[in-house]
Amino acid sequence: MPYLLSAPATAVLTLFLAVPLVMVLLLSFNTFTMATGIQPGYSLVNYIEVLGDEYFHTIFGRTFLLAACVTAVSALIGAPEAYIVHRMRAPWRSLFLLVILGPLLVSVVVRTLGWAVLLGRNGMVNVVLKSLGIVESPVEFMFTFTGMTVALVHVLVPFLVLSVWTSLRRLDPAVEAAAISLGASQITVLRRIVLPQAMPGILSGCLIVFTLAASAFATPAIVGGRRLKVASMAAYDEFLNSLNWPLGAAIVVVLLVAMVAIVMVSNRVVERRFRQVFEG
Amino acid sequence: MTRNGPLALAFHAVFIAFILAPLIVVCLVAFTPESYLSVPTTRWSLRWFEAIWGSDFIPAFWTSVMVACLAASIALLISVPAAMATARYQFPGREALVAYFLSPLMVPHVVLGVALLRFMAEVGLTANLFGLVMGHVIIVLPFALRLVLAALTGMSRHCEWAAWSLGAPLHVVFRRITLPMILPGLAGGWLLAFIQSFDELTMTVFIASPGTTTLPVRMFLYITDNIDPMVASVSTALIVLAIVMMAVMERVYGLERLLSGKGAS
Repeated sequence: MPYLLSAPATAVLTLFLAVPLVMVLLLSFNTFTMATGIQPGYSLVNYIEVLGDEYFHTIFGRTFLLAACVTAVSALIGAPEAYIVHRMRAPWRSLFLLVILGPLLVSVVVRTLGWAVLLGRNGMVNVVLKSLGIVESPVEFMFTFTGMTVALVHVLVPFLVLSVWTSLRRLDPAVEAAAISLGASQITVLRRIVLPQAMPGILSGCLIVFTLAASAFATPAIVGGRRLKVASMAAYDEFLNSLNWPLGAAIVVVLLVAMVAIVMVSNRVVERRFRQVFEG
Repeated sequence: MTRNGPLALAFHAVFIAFILAPLIVVCLVAFTPESYLSVPTTRWSLRWFEAIWGSDFIPAFWTSVMVACLAASIALLISVPAAMATARYQFPGREALVAYFLSPLMVPHVVLGVALLRFMAEVGLTANLFGLVMGHVIIVLPFALRLVLAALTGMSRHCEWAAWSLGAPLHVVFRRITLPMILPGLAGGWLLAFIQSFDELTMTVFIASPGTTTLPVRMFLYITDNIDPMVASVSTALIVLAIVMMAVMERVYGLERLLSGKGAS
């Protein structure tokens, strides 16, 4: 009976997820020339190109540097914000949570468009910077790494706030009160009570943000453009412009493997660190 | 609990400004009377909203609505029995099956897009709405399933048992007792699935063809070409739509509960 009930979902997932994924893996071992198109076979030539070529090193380096920067900034601003909202009183708390999480329901294209308008040469950010006398001439943010980071932090930081918020809700306010009554300062409470308990939320939030940032497409494509290609852009170009599908498939497989490896290693490291936090 | 200090509140204000600034600026630019991007100061105009009607954003919008409706409905239709199976029965392979159902969350959308493009080229489904819809079903399935599962495990089973002991056959118990009780969960799951599908870009950009271009894809291609106030007015309409959806979801299911079941964009 349970097998029968789950059969439709299993069938759909197998046909439209598992089979296509295997097909991409096989595709990445095919070869391609302009004259003959895609040739079936088992060759590592695409992987040799992706892993050996300077051009792809730059792209993958940029992709993971961007993901790391976005994750770090998101954690630095998202975690304190989650704590501040957590300490707010009744109507404000849910109101601001709504403001922070609401943008998740707005298309990424729309939110990135907002940054494209703000960050342009005559955009609001430049107007403010100039009127404050911080810069003399307009700063170019579009098609820069900084611009990509800012826009992508905006797109992904709600996930981090949400994750930290969920772990803070389990925090017993009596423990904080007890620490203060025993003479601990605000800083000590934050460092010794709140932070260790919020840590699982911060770390799982970081993991979500990192994986989404590493595979992000729309925001880097609009703000970074062709000049600052990331891995997903490179795959897009191979598939829809150069039509070298096997090479595109190899890019995607390398991206996926690298992401899974980074996530697994960081999980391992975090688990080890955590034992020390809780036992020490 | 201690209150937030002035420093914390200042940080909070800056953070909220950061979150809202791009959305507000898009809404302002949409009302400009000029033909270039500018924030209107003295004169406001609706000309860019009027310009939408003749543009190809309208057919793209309807494609998006249709794809999202179909994908959310199919996903819900297959996730209800799947959730019944995994919530109500103990059987070998149950854990693995749940992990399999949630696995689309782990696959980046660009990988999914590439995979489906290849798959459809092989089986001859390119430029086909069915293929696009099924791709969206894969993406929204985990969201729908999670909410249905939460509804099923959260409900009390006493009513079901009462009906059953009074002689109601299983299908009547399901239709008359179980279904009405999990209805809010189903509605929430459908709405969340609809929004996920409606906003999806990264996968769709790979498999959409000229005939099946969804609104986010149309906007993306437009923006990479040039940015003018018309795309800002389309965005404004979408922001308003999102606010309406938020209000509906708050009513139907509770927004906080809905979003905390979310994992990827």
